Amino acid sequence: MKNSIVKRIFVYIKNYRLLVLLSLILAAITVALSLYIPILTGDGVDMLIGKGNVDFKGLFGKIFVIISCVILMALCQWLMSHLNNRITFGVVKDIREDIFEKIQKLPIRYIDSKAYGDIVNRVISDVDTFADGLLMGFTQFFTGVLTIVGTLVFMLVTNVPIALVVVCITPVSFLVAKFISGRTFSLFKEQSVIKAKQTALTEEVISNEKVVKCFSKENDFIEKFEDINENLKQVSAKAIFYSSLTNPCTRFVNSLVYAGVGIFGALLAISGGISVGRLSCFLSYANQYTKPFNEISGVITELQNALACAGRIFEILDEKSEIPDDAGALSLSKVEGYVELKDVNFHYLEDKPLIEHLNLNVKPGMRVAIVGPTGCGKTTLINLLMRFYDVCEGRVSVDGHDIRNVTRHSLRDNFGMVLQETWLQEGTIRDNIRMGRPEATDEEVVDAAKKSHAHSFIRRLPKGYDTVIGEDGGALSQGQKQLLCIARIMLSLPPMLILDEATSSIDTMTEQRIQNAFKLMMEGRTSFIVAHRLSTIRESDVIIVMRDGHIVEQGNHDELLSKKGFYAQMYNSQYSQI
Amino acid sequence: MKRLLVYFKNFKKEAVLAPGFKLVEAVLELFVPIVMAGIIDNGIGNPDPESGKRYILLMGGVLVLLGLLGLAFSVTAQFFAARAAVGFSAKLRSALFKHIQSFDYATLDKVGTSTLLTRMTSDINQVQSGVNMSLRLFLRSPIIVFGAMIMAFTIDFKAALIFAIVIPVLSLVVFGIMIITKPMYKKVQDKLDRVLKTTRENLTGVRVLRAFNRQGKETDKFNELTKELMGAQVNVGKISSYLNPMTLVIVNLGIALILYVGAGRVDSGILLKGEVVALINYMSQILVELVKLANLIVNISKSLASAERVADALEVTPDDWQIAGSVPENESKRISKTNEQDTEIVLEARHLSFSYGGGGDEALTDINMVIKKGETIGIIGGTGSGKSTLVNVLSNFYAATGGEVLLKGKDIREYDQNKIREIFGIVPQKAVLFKGTVESNLRFGKKDATDEEMWQALTDAQIKDIILEKGGLSAPVSQEGKNFSGGQRQRLTIARALVKNSEILILDDSASALDFVTEKNLRTAIYNSRAGKITIIISQRASSIRHADHILVLNDGDMEMYGTHDELLKKSSVYRDIYYSQYPEEKEVAL
Repeated sequence: MKNSIVKRIFVYIKNYRLLVLLSLILAAITVALSLYIPILTGDGVDMLIGKGNVDFKGLFGKIFVIISCVILMALCQWLMSHLNNRITFGVVKDIREDIFEKIQKLPIRYIDSKAYGDIVNRVISDVDTFADGLLMGFTQFFTGVLTIVGTLVFMLVTNVPIALVVVCITPVSFLVAKFISGRTFSLFKEQSVIKAKQTALTEEVISNEKVVKCFSKENDFIEKFEDINENLKQVSAKAIFYSSLTNPCTRFVNSLVYAGVGIFGALLAISGGISVGRLSCFLSYANQYTKPFNEISGVITELQNALACAGRIFEILDEKSEIPDDAGALSLSKVEGYVELKDVNFHYLEDKPLIEHLNLNVKPGMRVAIVGPTGCGKTTLINLLMRFYDVCEGRVSVDGHDIRNVTRHSLRDNFGMVLQETWLQEGTIRDNIRMGRPEATDEEVVDAAKKSHAHSFIRRLPKGYDTVIGEDGGALSQGQKQLLCIARIMLSLPPMLILDEATSSIDTMTEQRIQNAFKLMMEGRTSFIVAHRLSTIRESDVIIVMRDGHIVEQGNHDELLSKKGFYAQMYNSQYSQI
Repeated sequence: MKRLLVYFKNFKKEAVLAPGFKLVEAVLELFVPIVMAGIIDNGIGNPDPESGKRYILLMGGVLVLLGLLGLAFSVTAQFFAARAAVGFSAKLRSALFKHIQSFDYATLDKVGTSTLLTRMTSDINQVQSGVNMSLRLFLRSPIIVFGAMIMAFTIDFKAALIFAIVIPVLSLVVFGIMIITKPMYKKVQDKLDRVLKTTRENLTGVRVLRAFNRQGKETDKFNELTKELMGAQVNVGKISSYLNPMTLVIVNLGIALILYVGAGRVDSGILLKGEVVALINYMSQILVELVKLANLIVNISKSLASAERVADALEVTPDDWQIAGSVPENESKRISKTNEQDTEIVLEARHLSFSYGGGGDEALTDINMVIKKGETIGIIGGTGSGKSTLVNVLSNFYAATGGEVLLKGKDIREYDQNKIREIFGIVPQKAVLFKGTVESNLRFGKKDATDEEMWQALTDAQIKDIILEKGGLSAPVSQEGKNFSGGQRQRLTIARALVKNSEILILDDSASALDFVTEKNLRTAIYNSRAGKITIIISQRASSIRHADHILVLNDGDMEMYGTHDELLKKSSVYRDIYYSQYPEEKEVAL
């Protein structure tokens, strides 16, 4: 499992392999120089022997070499961090684009079943954590290991006993760090559970603040919040404290190493076993040597974290895409408008059949109304027609072609859809209306808006058609949003129409005018209309009355009324007295 | 950040002790090079090897002791830092949550929920880690840096002057880079926000986008955004990449200078070799600290930006005129209370007008209506005619900008908010449930409701059967009631309001997702259960309100007419239009 994740990560890094290689080389140079400079400094110190005994000439030479090395090292360091940035941010961009492209291909069933926040999280923070952890972690790991190895080699070459002192004491810091992180892990886990609880409550309350106020529930929720908050405080304080013990503890080990080197080195120096310059160099190594150990233990947690994020990212990328269109899939062009549903079965959940043995035959230009109580399967029918979902059994066909043998693009191009759940994109009003036909001229846009009776309110907006509306329509009222969605369709004029409660939030006066416009538009176009207001569908050619996934009645308005069945009952409820 | 300092109030002790202990630890650390210098000059350099060895061992012991003391002090410091940071952010979180609870509708509209949410969560978390880091590490760096300089002066004045040059240059570099990158980080954040928004948009609008075959265009747009984001990230990265190499160069130049100056001083016998080593060690200590600091700086800049956002949210206050529950002095006397004796009149609007903040036309103009005990009132009008606004003003969620609302003869703004909430029950347009059980939701309006009352409400709201199927009153409700369909949620929110059984019930188009049969049954049940109390129904369906005692017809925020169905049919052209558009048969009869 982990191996396969690592393999796939390499696929992303592959595009940057030259940069990665270069970065590694630079890292090696940086490490080598950072080890070399203390030697030079130590040599410099050794040239100051005492009063009147200083080798100035040799010292100047050393200083010159030190400065050159430092400048070279700085350049390498700068270039390396620049390269690392390129790699990290590049990989982040690549992965994000891949996920986004994947989202465009995911079946709607998958998107419906997931919380949006979850997917968004993967695209944003998981990718960030992944890249930071992995790439930064990797370079740190690499330089860390190089530093350790380099220091060890130098120390062993210069003086074996002191080197052994360092080697023996240092791993203790590693162990200490590991011990602490093991202990804190469970605390952090507990913390994240409580935090999630708090976030959920915050989200729920703040996004529904108005309802909370309606019932004066502010104080109850504040109480609840305080409870969780107090709990979080206790756990976080502990978690943060324990985790922050790592630094002091490892620093203590450092000072032990330092003291050890100092004592042994000095004792050796008395008997002339080591020069003072070399000793000072050793001392600075003692500082440098333990640092990568601390870093590496930190890096390991980060890497684990990164792997977990990568796992979540690949989970989305591995999700089954919509079944792609057949290579030989037909591209519908001039659609006549025959629509047929033959023995269609459909369910969202395996054990809960929704639509069973549905048959429907629609001729070109027919106006089909679908009515029925909430949850009877009306909206599902539309999901099937648009091929947002595939039928489980049976088939849906347009002009005699099973829609599974037709490209989705051409199928959807031929349907115009207005849904009850209005959805607008951030952007100008004009761009929103133009969504279905980006090449439409300004005149055509205005014309469509006029037809849908949106023109008058658009004109009154601060910047008219160029007014930018926020995410999901922003400040527009539900009714206004619906008018814009209708204008969208009036502009693209597809050969078949689906109106799912398209005018539910529009007042009846305006609705009636829009109905007239629809009527004109539906002339010669096959259309499916879902509506609660039965008055809006009386003139349909066929009214299909659905109940629990079945068609219970079918016929035109008058026929159905005279049947005195379910339809008649629904229709009459509009006229009944309290 | 300054604005948030008050939340440290209860953690003054910790906030002082944490850096205090850090300071002691840092000072202890600063002694190490001096001890080492002693080892070199008095130990190794001692003419008597035996006393030299003794000295070395003694000083070695001192080094270990310094380490131990450092450990003790820094552990204590970490403890106080964690306490202070966590306590501070808990306080801050709780304060912001409470503050948001005090927002009125107008403020909520103005601020918007999504930004409040990010401030409550990620921003405060960022601030917490920033405070923790600052207490632990940020203060340590200046102590070490300046401490090293002071120690250098104790060794040799002339050589220490190098420190006095190096440190200002370093500060210039560190702060310069911090100042340059701060706005750049903000830009990165903004670009990231846009990437997030587009992702979200493509999920919420997946049906529409696919219906219009926009996948390709959306992908292009997204790729453009990620490219911009990457550009911004690389740009800021370029600048912050200078930090470490530059400090490296400056510090090592300092070391070279020390060697150079030190050589002269050793030659003339003013300095000892070990002292030069100590000076070099101090310089290296500065470098180590600054590298640590550099890694922190990004974090600290982010925290500062977050702190600003939190402080901004905490400073949001309702505009003066919008503070519900306050009456301007001079106005309260002006109110005539002629109807005070008429106890039948419960709610009255007089020349009521209202406009939303930020200018714009009036949403309501000169509304006059009288509602008596036991009446059912209908409010009808076109899209955007001001129906919801009117009930929100009547129930004092928004304060009227002109005229007045009288509740039982008294200006509604004189009432305690809680009293008003008790009198009014509202079923808002957006059917929202809260995580918990059916029971916990139903008890929203009445904590001590009996099972009987709840079942009655569910029956009246036409949802008893569904709840029975789902497992009764203890059936779970997921966040926002997502495990119920739209129509079911609507009926549950109605039941919730019915349990409350308030004096005045407002139904704001709350049956729109119900089919006509269910709606009719619901209407009858509500009518029967609310005898003697006031019910206000907003609807676009004439059938829902035609039997009301009075109907208010709104047209673009103006009151077209207030009267009974029959009166309106005769005199109100707007009502006639609406009515006949829904009952075309009757139109034919009437004509």
